[in-house]
Amino acid sequence: MNNIFAVAGIVIKELYRRKDFYVLFILTVVICLVMASVNVFNDNQIIRYLKELCLLLIWISSLVIAITTTARQIPAEREQRTLLPLLAKPLSRTQLIFGKFLGCWLACGLVLVCFYAFFGALAASREHAWPLLNYFQAAFLHWVMLGVVIAMTLLGSLVFAAPSSNSTICFVIVMAILCVGRYLDLVALSLAEPGRSIISGIYYTFPHLEVPFGMRNLIVHDWPLIEWKFVALDALYLLAYAAVFLVAACLVFRRKAVN
Amino acid sequence: MNVILRTEKLRVEFKSREFRQSPKVALCGLDLEVNAGEVFGFLGPNGAGKTTTINVLLGFVQPTGGSASLFGIDVRQPIARQRIGYLPELTYYYKFLTAEELLRFYSRIFSLPRAEAERRIDAVLKLVELESARKHLIKTYSKGMQQRVGLAQALINNPDLLILDEPTSGLDPLGRMKVREIIQRLKNEGKTVFFSSHELGEVETVCDRVAIISEGELKAIGRVGEIVGQRASLEKAFLDIVGYQTQTAP
Repeated sequence: MNNIFAVAGIVIKELYRRKDFYVLFILTVVICLVMASVNVFNDNQIIRYLKELCLLLIWISSLVIAITTTARQIPAEREQRTLLPLLAKPLSRTQLIFGKFLGCWLACGLVLVCFYAFFGALAASREHAWPLLNYFQAAFLHWVMLGVVIAMTLLGSLVFAAPSSNSTICFVIVMAILCVGRYLDLVALSLAEPGRSIISGIYYTFPHLEVPFGMRNLIVHDWPLIEWKFVALDALYLLAYAAVFLVAACLVFRRKAVN
Repeated sequence: MNVILRTEKLRVEFKSREFRQSPKVALCGLDLEVNAGEVFGFLGPNGAGKTTTINVLLGFVQPTGGSASLFGIDVRQPIARQRIGYLPELTYYYKFLTAEELLRFYSRIFSLPRAEAERRIDAVLKLVELESARKHLIKTYSKGMQQRVGLAQALINNPDLLILDEPTSGLDPLGRMKVREIIQRLKNEGKTVFFSSHELGEVETVCDRVAIISEGELKAIGRVGEIVGQRASLEKAFLDIVGYQTQTAP
């Protein structure tokens, strides 16, 4: 475990010494503050639109940070040859993969804490309320969902040659799941065979990330808390997918020549 | 003698990416033994298989046949690398870290206790003369300084065996002299050094024994004096052994 935490520590250090997070965070803050300072439609419920927009920006920023940070980890190590002195030490390839995953996941957790703290402050400035448990449920499932995205991107970084192609493919897949994932079974019903089986197969095989994405409504529309057992079940479901992707990444990396 | 590095009938083949091309044989039945406390030079022309041998020893490449061990442990087990240090050829380190942070990271991989790690970091930074730059980001270092950081990371665990892949490649004469001095110092401390190099003068100066390989096969192994024999220098001996014919101008 010590080796895994050591590798994870380096990933976190890299994230906070790069500009990616700061740029996206400042951009989100500026857009939201500008939106908060004007009320174009003179609508009393404008805070809902503001919250919706702010959460959408947080989702996009977190996905960009998770995918780009993860996609460059192993390829950068190979390209800059830092992988050689690293694997020449008593560190197994499995530990390296788990360390990279943990580092990216924890770094994304820290990013989410910053984003959700800003969101909470922005919403509280208008609503004078802090529904902390609602924020916690949304942020927690968001973070667990990022675990699946990070594990998938890590696997992609071992399969695809260039980090840019991996990032693009992962981003397209995640956006497709978030936007149309929940409707695939309905689409399948309207198709003839073999299209129905193929689409149904995709529906049941791909991870459903739309539940955490839908949690935005919980805080935008001030809905009551979801039962904790359902939150735990969804987290377990997502963690199972993350584990599958990680095991696949370890198997691919195990016999890959590193030089 | 206590053998700490051993390869037996080591064979490595790389599959060709071209359709119906036969695999490329990088190493063909290589037998090597390196004893504790000696400085061992590993020589050969470009493409002879030196780096492939080192890659097998470090577990980067799986051998097609034969075996390799460090301290009697199969090289495929990570624990075999607990007592070694490795300096790759032309390597860059994490540019967003300082030398001190980089060494602290590697010392964690070796599970060194914190006090011991700090003591080793001070010692190796002093040895490679990077004390004054220890808190500077590695991206600000010159090439020579980066190579010295490489040496420092290779020594962080106080290894019993140091594997160096062309350690003086790309360095200026002063940098080469410093690397040579460090190797000499490690030899005096009783460490074993296994290094590949094209600098034959350097090899002649610091090595106890050398091996010469060509086209993946061991051509000669022995003490420097035995290899040179009646020839004028190690360079002449090397050229004879790898079968290079000097051509005279018409």
